[in-house]
Amino acid sequence: MIVVKNLKKSFGEVKAVNDVSFVAQDGEITGLLGPNGAGKTTTLRMLYSLLPPDAGEIRIDGMDPTRDAMDIKRTLGVVPDGRGIYTRLTARENIAYYGELHGMTNSAIERRIKELVGTLGMTDFIDRRTEGFSQGQRVKVAIARAMVHEPQTVLMDEPSNGLDVMSTRALREYIIGLKQAGHSVVLSTHIMQEVAALCDRIVIIASGEVAAEGSAEELLQRSGCDTLEDAFVKLIGTEEGLLA
Amino acid sequence: MKGMRTVFKKEVRENIRDRRALFNSLLLGPLLFPVLFVGMMWFLQSAEQERAEKPLELPIVGAHYAPSLVRFLEQNGVIVEFEPENPEDMVREQAVPVALRITSEFPEKWEKGLPAPVEVIADASRQESNQPIQRVKRLLYGYGQQIGTLRLQLRGVSPQLAMPVMIKDVDLSTPKSRAILAVIFLPYVLMITAFTGATHLAMDTTAGEKERKSLEPLLITPVPRWQIMTGKMLTTTVFAMASLALTLVSFRIVLPFMPVGAFGMDLTLGLTTLLRILLVVSPVAILAAALLTLLASFAKSYREAQSYMGLVILIPMVPSLIFMANPVKAEGWMMGIPLFSQNMLIGELIRDESVSMAWYTLSISSTLAIGLALAVVAANLYNRPKLIFSSS
Repeated sequence: MIVVKNLKKSFGEVKAVNDVSFVAQDGEITGLLGPNGAGKTTTLRMLYSLLPPDAGEIRIDGMDPTRDAMDIKRTLGVVPDGRGIYTRLTARENIAYYGELHGMTNSAIERRIKELVGTLGMTDFIDRRTEGFSQGQRVKVAIARAMVHEPQTVLMDEPSNGLDVMSTRALREYIIGLKQAGHSVVLSTHIMQEVAALCDRIVIIASGEVAAEGSAEELLQRSGCDTLEDAFVKLIGTEEGLLA
Repeated sequence: MKGMRTVFKKEVRENIRDRRALFNSLLLGPLLFPVLFVGMMWFLQSAEQERAEKPLELPIVGAHYAPSLVRFLEQNGVIVEFEPENPEDMVREQAVPVALRITSEFPEKWEKGLPAPVEVIADASRQESNQPIQRVKRLLYGYGQQIGTLRLQLRGVSPQLAMPVMIKDVDLSTPKSRAILAVIFLPYVLMITAFTGATHLAMDTTAGEKERKSLEPLLITPVPRWQIMTGKMLTTTVFAMASLALTLVSFRIVLPFMPVGAFGMDLTLGLTTLLRILLVVSPVAILAAALLTLLASFAKSYREAQSYMGLVILIPMVPSLIFMANPVKAEGWMMGIPLFSQNMLIGELIRDESVSMAWYTLSISSTLAIGLALAVVAANLYNRPKLIFSSS
């Protein structure tokens, strides 16, 4: 479970995150929805302890990223914005590298990769070097790499970026599978359909602040709109940066 | 420490598969430098020889004033061109490297037994003329000696009276020690190899990782950042050392083919000498790996890192060039200066001199100390979020 209270972060003059609070429960998918540059990635980076917050509080399963960075990293699975897989290594080697960095034994890594190859459908390319992989294949490798140590909490930054329809469908199924297994999943996105199809809770972020928070129905009710898209526009008060 | 080992293993595996890394670290230095230098020596040697053996064409103005001198020159292989119109122009236009003018006062002074003037016309700023000028002067001097001796004998004086001092060379150099004359560039090449061997790896593991956006996920793993960086620097050091070792082996193979002319030189590098040289330069590999990693960490991309490296490569060159231009006697305190001390020690080792343990220790430990200090700075660099995100 993730609890975020009054999170703030500036880079010089720019206030990237001004006041963000939300709760992400286990067994739920929480979507951070917002236009480009709203502060989603910065918020996620503070969650996975890569950036220290200027102010505010973060608790992930009771741990604080600024103090228990190493312990938090063990319980987190992160698919960052830049997939960054090594092209001179095979998909398997990429995943195994992260397993080793998480201190897993070789047999545990082997067993886990076998599982992931099954759930993510990577049989065809698991032993190929990732040079020239399609976006979909790359995202699968990045997800397998993030999940190799069986993390309880999963953070995904724009996971469906650049994916075709089939890959997006497979990705959604996988994320729903994670939720059903009791994981806490937080994903950032600017794609409306993704939120509608996946998220139990929606946190709308605009200009570094939470504009609204709740389930899809709650948001529709509160805004008095018929569609989530209208609700979104009404709640953040602008159409800027919106990609339906 | 397990994390460091994991990073090291992965970087080695990844870079062994990288043709650019293999080319830069393991092929460029080891193959190019030895071949280049031995090839250059061949070229110099043969060009020199060609000039020395070529018949010398010499325009002489006023040859009729000194017929016996001209005859002497012709006997010594000079092809005389009689009475050119303007020898100065011929030299200026580089038609000939050197010309002679014998003036009308020559016979007069000659008769009186006074030094008779001969003008050697040449342009001393043209390096390629040096050899013919020297040749002409040597012949003139030889002729003068010969005539001088005859004149003394005619007057019943022993020519030895005019030679009060006899110089004898007692040369203590050995075929081994003379070898340093031929391989004065070896320390220089090795210093550069330590850097070129490390360059690609240092850039690829830092700036390259940032560019490929794999740095962020890597730093989210529960491995302390200093371990990740140290693992990367270890890989860079290993590649730099491999580069050095291969370069040495390749010099060992190629050096005996080096043309050394008339000097008796022993250019074989014994196995112990080889190992000692490697021991002496190894700390430079660590220094180079740390320094280059440190610098490349500031770059946003491989390309940007490359633009820094052009300047860094000057660092190993400076001490070597100073030493080559201004050879100094090796002294204890100099062993504390990284890069400079290696130059001296390698020189001593090639000369087959015994080097004191204290010198080894001082050279290795001072270089190592600076290398490790830089490594500590580099290892902690990624604790600054600014450096991690400088690409995005």
